[in-house]
Amino acid sequence: MGAILVNTLTFTVRFSVALLIASMGEMFNQKAGIFNLGCEGIMSMGAFLGMLIPFSVGGAGAVPGYVNILGLVVGALCGALMGLLFGLVVVTFRAPQGIAGIGMQMFGVGLAGTFFRSFIGGQQSITGIESVAIPGLSKIPVLGDILFSHNPVVYFAYLLVPLAWFVIYKTPWGMKVRAVGTFPLAADSLGIKVNRIRYQSLAVGGAMAGFAGAFLTLCQAKQFSAGIINGRGFIAVALVYFGQWHPVKILMGAILFTFAESLQRQVQMFGQAFPYEFLAMLPYILVIVVLAFNRKSNKFGPAALGKPFNREMRV
Amino acid sequence: MAKEIKELRVEHITKRFPGVLASDNISLSVGEHEILALVGENGAGKTTLMNMIMGLYQPDEGSIFINGEEVKFKDPNDAFSAGIGMVHQRYMLVPNMTVLENVALGLKESWKTVVDLKMVRDRVKEVSEHYGLAVDPDAYIWQLSVGEQQRVELVKTLCQGAKFLILDEPTSALTPQETDDLIKLLKRMSNELSIIFISHKLNEVKALSDKVCILRHGKVVFEGNTSDYTPKQIAAMMTGHEVETTENKNAPVEGEPVLNIKDLCVKSDRDFYALDHFNLDVRAGEIVGLAGVSGNGQKELAEVINGLRKVESGTIEFMGKQIQNMTPAQVIKRGMGYIPEERNIEGIVPSMSIKENIILKDSESSRFSKQHILNNKVIEDYANKLRDEFDIRSPHIHVPAGSLSGGNIQKVILAREIDRNPKFLVCVYPIRGLDMGAAEFIHKQLLALRERGVGILLISEELEEIMNLSDRIAVIFKGKNQKVLMKGEATTSRLGELMAGVGD
Repeated sequence: MGAILVNTLTFTVRFSVALLIASMGEMFNQKAGIFNLGCEGIMSMGAFLGMLIPFSVGGAGAVPGYVNILGLVVGALCGALMGLLFGLVVVTFRAPQGIAGIGMQMFGVGLAGTFFRSFIGGQQSITGIESVAIPGLSKIPVLGDILFSHNPVVYFAYLLVPLAWFVIYKTPWGMKVRAVGTFPLAADSLGIKVNRIRYQSLAVGGAMAGFAGAFLTLCQAKQFSAGIINGRGFIAVALVYFGQWHPVKILMGAILFTFAESLQRQVQMFGQAFPYEFLAMLPYILVIVVLAFNRKSNKFGPAALGKPFNREMRV
Repeated sequence: MAKEIKELRVEHITKRFPGVLASDNISLSVGEHEILALVGENGAGKTTLMNMIMGLYQPDEGSIFINGEEVKFKDPNDAFSAGIGMVHQRYMLVPNMTVLENVALGLKESWKTVVDLKMVRDRVKEVSEHYGLAVDPDAYIWQLSVGEQQRVELVKTLCQGAKFLILDEPTSALTPQETDDLIKLLKRMSNELSIIFISHKLNEVKALSDKVCILRHGKVVFEGNTSDYTPKQIAAMMTGHEVETTENKNAPVEGEPVLNIKDLCVKSDRDFYALDHFNLDVRAGEIVGLAGVSGNGQKELAEVINGLRKVESGTIEFMGKQIQNMTPAQVIKRGMGYIPEERNIEGIVPSMSIKENIILKDSESSRFSKQHILNNKVIEDYANKLRDEFDIRSPHIHVPAGSLSGGNIQKVILAREIDRNPKFLVCVYPIRGLDMGAAEFIHKQLLALRERGVGILLISEELEEIMNLSDRIAVIFKGKNQKVLMKGEATTSRLGELMAGVGD
């Protein structure tokens, strides 16, 4: 029983990372008033590039550290570009965001799959970024395994939470993002360029989604497949609502969801006599239930979420 | 800090929007420490003109001069650095941010790596002490009343160093007390600032301004010294015809109440008792005005009568039957009419056409549909008829109702409610934000409805409106009916005291 719990918690910390980074990114989008359902597609492209770069340098073998880091960076850059493309569609052309997001998702997933078949071909694996046991700390019983024996990128991801909080609530840019997502007319009346801020936050959000995808291939799966994102992009969008647009609450949501998922895997592995289908449903049911009871957040949410900005529309 | 503005002058400004000439060769000027009242009906082009001065719109022709030098404002930042600031009619404050953050949004000096809220706090303190504008810097905007929000807007604009203020209908959402305070404040401020003040309340124009400029259909039709003209003369020039106040001069109504509310307790959205043992009765063919500062239970009262809110205890008797906790459809069926407070949200479906909005309550009736299929011909004829009768100004009946001006939206609602022959009408702030022409029209319709024996509950903050139209006047304060006065007994000061909770 103890082993199940330690394993579950260790996997929770590691597997929550992709979700956490992607939903932090989605939070920037939504704070500025845009929800990007295309997160899944951007993550797919990030995952593909995270695989492609080390694979084309060293195949399945080990590659120098900077190549792996380059994989993460290129994944993030591609994500930023896709975020800007999304901006062109929903900010400049004011397309309905839900539909455009679904389009972006299909575009990203499809493109990543096609590129994968033409550049890599079949199932291949890479060495990726290895976990590092932190000297000293990782020797602490129980906690050492759970907290201090991870991939360096895991710690970086967790640092993103206070960083995102700081950017959103303390910096002038974050303040403008919040204003633009809640009452764009007010921001406009003060000479703040509403659409520019929205493009910027889409680039930031896209970069984080791309980074999250690259993390999945480089640090977690060590391989790419067309379905690798497996709905994480959509869960990331849901987590932003779940966490009511607050970085710390989103972190808690990501941990809760991953914990439920890790737990069901562990329980399955230890062969409990319980239909695994129900266990597999658990995390998703959790998200639905929490979202259903989570409606009283209008006052603090970005009130202009989903609405294109048009100076001449008064109502 | 911007230079002093000795004179702001616009010359030959023209602005076209698709199909509309919003500003037609407008010229006007404002001198140092002068207050110019810019008056005109809705859609006359006042706000468009001000948005051009602020750099939000670019004029197609004409120029703007400050101290005799031509200026070109690409966006509001240019106007701010020239020392011009504007308080928009709809407050431009982000509700889930604090007062300080809202001020900081417009204060570039505070945009360091981290927003320098300490500097903003000092600036806010300085400005609010200098002008006597008390604000709580750490309050969130959503926690503030409309009057407080307006002070925040003024502080925000002054913190940017504005020497020239543009105020777009600053009193439209204020209580009478707040309005008086604002006028005193602006008088005091005019010792240091120049002000353009947009309004269509002519007593305020008289009380405050030095000069008046009247716009009609995008043109300046008159400019002169305020003191040389009476409000009546200004009103006539504004509307293009003589305006008479609509007054109910009839004898008191006798008879049984058609609506009788007893001991009504109702909760607000925030779970406190918005109505607390509230009592009121209205007779057939009688207008009862309900005065009160908004937020004292008026909204909840209107909703609960129309079946939109749950009754905790007490009764509502309508034509002899208890209707509390019925569904809205059941209440409507019994002959209740409703002109809601939020006309854009509750009164119409903005994306639907005028025609569709007009039959919204009767789409299932055999008059407009057969076997659940709408009879377009009948509906169109009916909508066209109402459009003519109620003077709804629109190109045709197929335009989305949300694209109309406030006055015309209100006419659509009024047409729908009145032509259904209601037994009773609940009317909430019916002329809020409307110009004199539209207001006059709506008041005439209400009096005509009264003549037809319909009972009317008129909820309003405008004491003048209530005193002109009502047979009896009730005052609501903290969910209780303070007192009911006969028409002859009510004076502004007496009502004002009752509205503030002072009993007899």
